[in-house]
This record gives sequence, C-alpha cells and structure tokens, in this order.
Amino acid sequence: MPEKPVFFDEMRGPSGDETRDPYIDYCAWISTEDVNHLRRKSAQAEALFRLTGITFNVYGMEDQTERLIPFDIVPRIITAKEWAVLEKGIEQRVRAINSFLHDIYHRQEILRAGRMPVEMIAQNKAFLPQMIGVAPPGNIYTHIVGTDLVRTGENDFYVLEDNARTPSGVSYMLENRETMLHMFPELFSRNRVRAVSHYPRSLRRSLSASLPPVCDGAPTLAVLTPGIHNSAYFEHAFLADQMGVELVEGHDLRVVNGRVAMRTTQGYQPIDVLYRRVDDDFLDPLNFNPDSMLGVPGILDVYRAGGITIANAPGTGIADDKAIYSYMPEIVEFYTGEKAILKNVPTWRCSEADALAYVLDHLDELVVKEVHGSGGYGMLVGPATSKKELAAFRRKLEAKPANYIAQPTLSLSTVPVLTRAGLAPRHVDLRPFALASPQGVEIIPGGLTRVALKKGSLVVNSSQGGGTKDTWVLED
Amino acid sequence: MLGKTANGVFWLMRYMERSENAARMIDAGLRISMTRSSAAESEWTSILTAMGLLGTYLGRHEVVEGPRVINFLLRDTENPGSVLSSVETARTNARMVRTALTREVWEAVNECWMVLRDTLARPVASQDLPEVLKIVRQRSAYVRGATHGTMVRNDIYDFARIGTFFERADNAARVLDVKYYILLPSIMHVGTATDNVQWETILRATSAVRAYQTLHEGEYDPRKIARFLILDRRLPRSLAFCYGKIADNLSYLAEDYGQRMPSHDMVQRISDRFASTSIDQIFDYGLHEFVTEFLSDSQQLGRQIEIDYRFYE
Repeated sequence: MPEKPVFFDEMRGPSGDETRDPYIDYCAWISTEDVNHLRRKSAQAEALFRLTGITFNVYGMEDQTERLIPFDIVPRIITAKEWAVLEKGIEQRVRAINSFLHDIYHRQEILRAGRMPVEMIAQNKAFLPQMIGVAPPGNIYTHIVGTDLVRTGENDFYVLEDNARTPSGVSYMLENRETMLHMFPELFSRNRVRAVSHYPRSLRRSLSASLPPVCDGAPTLAVLTPGIHNSAYFEHAFLADQMGVELVEGHDLRVVNGRVAMRTTQGYQPIDVLYRRVDDDFLDPLNFNPDSMLGVPGILDVYRAGGITIANAPGTGIADDKAIYSYMPEIVEFYTGEKAILKNVPTWRCSEADALAYVLDHLDELVVKEVHGSGGYGMLVGPATSKKELAAFRRKLEAKPANYIAQPTLSLSTVPVLTRAGLAPRHVDLRPFALASPQGVEIIPGGLTRVALKKGSLVVNSSQGGGTKDTWVLED
Repeated sequence: MLGKTANGVFWLMRYMERSENAARMIDAGLRISMTRSSAAESEWTSILTAMGLLGTYLGRHEVVEGPRVINFLLRDTENPGSVLSSVETARTNARMVRTALTREVWEAVNECWMVLRDTLARPVASQDLPEVLKIVRQRSAYVRGATHGTMVRNDIYDFARIGTFFERADNAARVLDVKYYILLPSIMHVGTATDNVQWETILRATSAVRAYQTLHEGEYDPRKIARFLILDRRLPRSLAFCYGKIADNLSYLAEDYGQRMPSHDMVQRISDRFASTSIDQIFDYGLHEFVTEFLSDSQQLGRQIEIDYRFYE
C-alpha cells in the first residue's frame, strides 16, 4: 500500500498551519469577510458568466448543451521568484519544441544521433508526412503553447503536458481576471498583481510577426473555428473579437488564385495568417480526412507554397504526444544544449516490455493515460479506482500497450476553494500560455489554474467536473 | 466583413423584431377576444394568416381557439414563428456573429433568451399574459437600445438596421394584406362598432393606436388608417418609414464599399413609390393589389441583398 500522500497547500504550506508569504495579505482580507457574503458574490459571478456566455459545450449531453465551468473566487497566488523560474523553463521548452519540430520534418538529427527511437516518429499518427521539408516563417511551428504544470512542493514544479497543438482555456484566464476585478477591486489595490489583459494584443502581434512570404503589407488575420457546436466555440469567438479579426468557418473559405480567401460582403479577401482551432485531420479534406466539412480544400498546398501561415502549424501534434513527452528532457538538451529547467514527470512507456511489466504490477498506484488522449478522457487514476475497474483497464492495457503511458500519482498541491463550510483545500494544476513568433517567446504572467472541485479528486479537467481560479503572479 | 456575418446580423435582427411583432399580434388578438368573443375565432384565424402560420397551426390543432393559439404563438418551440423560437433563433445567430456585436448587444440578446426561456417554460396563465407580452416587447427594446447606443456605424450596423426594418415592414404589410377588406369603403359597416374594433386591431398589431389618435384626433377613418400605415413617414412602423430606412442603410453600404449593387436600384424603386403615390391612388389601384405587389417586391429585394452581399456564396 502506498503511504497516504501529504499535500503541499499553497496557502497554508506543507504543515497546513502557517500562511505562505504570497497569501499573507489575502488571508488578512478574507478573515474579515463573511462567508455568506462571499458565497453571494460567488453566485453573482456565475450569473455574470452566464450572461456573458462564457460557456462550453459538453459532447454527448443532450439536455443542457451549454455549461459553465465553475469559477472559484479564491485566487491562486504565485510569487515573482517562482514565476521567474517557470517563465524561463517554459521559454526553454517552447524553443526546444519548435527546434524539434523543424528537425523532425527536415534532417531528423535527433533520430540520427540515436537520442530517440525512429519508431517514435515513423509510427506516430500525429506525424504528418505532408509537412516534410516545409519550413514555416521563422521556423515557428507552435505559436501558441499551453504548458500544463503541477506542483508538489515548495520548489517542485513538473510539466505534465506540453499542449503544443491547439491549447484552449486562455479565454477563462482573461475572463476570470475580469470577473475578479469587477467583484473585488479592493484586492487589486492591496496586491500588486501582474496584468494579463494584454494577451489578445500580444497574440495579434505574435501572429502578425509570423506573416507568410507572400504578404508584404499589414497581414490579414482570421480565427478558424469548427463552429458554434464546438466545445470551445466561446473561446474562438472571444479571441477573434478581442483581436479584432474575423472568425471564420471552413465554408467561408476557399482557395482563390493560390491564396486562402474568405467570403466577405465585398467578395473574396485573402488571409495571411490563420489561427486555426480545427484539428489537423479536419484542416484539408483534399490532403487529410476527405469527409471533413470543417476545413478548406487545398489549404495545405497554399501553405506549402508560402501563401498562408497556419498557426499552429499542421503536424505540430507530434510534439505533444504523450509518448514523445517522455523524451522531453532529451529533446530540451539536444536542441538547447542546456539541462531542462522544468522537470518531467517520470513516465513509463507501456510500449516497452520492462515498463509494461512494472505498470501492470503497480496499476493501483499509477496514473495511466492514452498516448493520444486529452481532456481527461480514457484516463485511469489507480488509487481512486475500484478493483473491478482496474481489472477491466488491465485488459485494455494488455491488448494495446503502445497506446498508453503511465506516471506516478503525483501529490498535486492544493489551494483553498470557497465551500459552504468556508475555505477547503482542493488540488490544482496550472496552464500558462506562451506565444512564439520569429521575434521571440512571450509568456503571459499567470495562466489558467484548474481546480478539482471534488474533495480529494486529482482530475482537474472541466469535462470531468473541474473548475477554474484566477491566477495571480505578484510583482517583484 | 464576412458574408456569413452580414447574413447572421440581418437574421438576428429580423428574429428579434419578429418576436416583438408576434407579441403585438397576440396582444391585438387578445383584445378582440376580450371585447367580442363571438368574433374571436375569425380574428385568431386572420392573425395566424397574417403571420403565415395558419397551415402550421392547423396541422397540429383541430380548432382555432384563443388559449391554444396563444400558446402556439408564444411558446411552442415546434412553431418556428413563436416568440420563444424566434428568440432562440435570434440568439443562435447572435452566437454565430458574436464577434460582430458589442458586448452590450450580445448580453441583451442572451439575457432576452434566458429570461424568456424561463418565463415561457410553462404555459402562461391568462391573467399573466399582459405582463409576459410586456417583457417580450421590453427585451426586444433592450436589444434595439444596445444596438443603437453601442454599435459603431459601419456595415455591420447597416445590415442590422436593414434586418430590423425589413422584418417590420413585412409584418405591417402582412397585417394589411389580411385585413385590407375592412379598410375598404363599404356601406354595410361604416361607422359601426365592428369597424372600430377591427381597425383598432390593425393599429394595435402595428403598435400605432396612440400615434394615430394623436395625429388624427381620434377619428377612425379607413382611408386615414391605410395612409397612416402605408405612407406616413412619421410612424416608425409604416411601410414608407421602414423602406426609407432600408434605402438609407443600403445607400450607406454603397458609399462605404464604393459600389452600387442591383439591390440599390430595387430599394429606390420601392421607396420612390411611397413618395409619389397618394392613398387615393392606392385605393383606386386596389389596396389588396398594392399590398400583394409590395410583398412580392420586398421578397425580391431580400433575395437580391443576399446575392449582392454574398450571404450564402
């Protein structure tokens, strides 16, 4: 039996009875507040989110297609010193990922050097042969990255996932802050919290800087969404709106004179940079999934000819594949010549016989994930799973071991949430957002803190009952 | 601006306007059935006809009777023209074109939908009906106010306005089309109580009772009523007023884009006709024929706008 885990609480420290520095002022404030009053405020926040339409759609739920992600009013606070390390670590990783992607679609030095087995790439369905030899502007493949971090101790941060293809959640980061500013303005005059509201401007600048060779003026940007039924539609509309660019769907677009153009009230107008929130598979029915109604026939050919920038680039998914993830320390070292600043979670690749044997032996202690899964679907949290479910999962794992990786069940740090009975600790993770362009990497201070609202739960995904918090990075 | 967005904004405003018109129609029908229960069935029938929903209604109900019609017009989601369906469709369009709207407009539409979804979740008791109809009109007014007060005067705004007035004119014309006969001079009815009530229905359905009273010193006269609803540019629901606005907004688009389209000539023709025609000429020509022609012209104009501004392709 594994020992009962001890959690690091970010407000109360490892022992649970102190107040850590970044929270001193907040704790002083909240101790003078009435819980019922705060709960009323919390209900107001929810009404505000509904009115604003900050909802997400849950697949397979007929009755209530639009749901709110619960918002908790207690902020998650990070010190300037902690952030400086995270920021450096993320930037290093983002640079390494872009170098890795360029290498994988060109000379494949990392494979030649024997730092990664060839089949990791050759047999990976996220690898797009159509991208071989294609170099996007500035060799930037992943323009927007949402690195998932977890914390286990005072100085222990781990990267859980790199989310280099189409990370979502940034609209919640922005709206959570707006909501907090609206509800508790006094907190922001007492604490010096770094702003996040410039994200849309930074995103626009960063995408514009990645303009394609064909564009010689101010580039025209657009956001490509699968449509209003997509779970993240709100975010797509939000970002387009905030950047002041068009939100397009596949049927608004067509290839005209070698350019991807959108149907406007005045005819077809070429797009220079397309921030797509449509998966690779659906991007181009001529080159990928022929049944896709979401994409643009021929867009990949325009892309290869330098007629458009697609952000993130097609084929980027190879870098945030969960099996590739286990090689990230090597990848960072290989391309930057430095040790990785941020730690990886130790990962067993079930494709390897030794690892599989270990995982099968310790299934009740581990977290097992599908290599291509996301959103917490198809994931096993050993300690929280019944014997019967474990046995069923074991059969799935044995049938297709290469489809899985396993990691130790981490003692994720906790941050208090407001419950009926007052503050109570819940597990959190953190997804900061990084923007990469030929001009450099920018990381927005903070990010999206996701919180498992169920007591003891380690699953923070919104599709699995998780909520969010405002994330504060304090000024130095 | 995307063609799809122009389409979405146009229909968002049409559906908002439609929900409000439906509420006015219910109000008019209700008034008649309260004062003259013997005529209720024929009044509800003509209201359903004017809204183009008689077929849909009869496909689902055997008899035309007040409470059923009201329920059908107010909250039947299988009736695409009900208040609830209109508001839902308006909101779906608003979500689709969210980036073209200000936060205020979006929130007004979203809140309208949230409020009416709750208010209309159950059948409305007859004593609550006036209040519910008021909410519908009020919510629509909020959207209009937010649009007026916060939207930049650009092509997006033009399409919003064109949608509003297109739907409004369409509604007024349909009321006239169904009720034209009671405005015709007839020895039988002139000056009788029947006439007064019927005329009032028309004015009520176009929200013009008070305006008419003020401008015409309370004298009900069929010719004056017809002139008021068709030609009077002071009345914001008259055909002439609506078409003046559509012509204006289309001309702003022409200016903005630097290009005249076939729809501009079309709207000019329709609009000019209101300016150059007197009510006597309309009556000589035939009120019914005039309105029928107008409805057909207006349908053509709608199609032309879709083509000129690439709503669909």
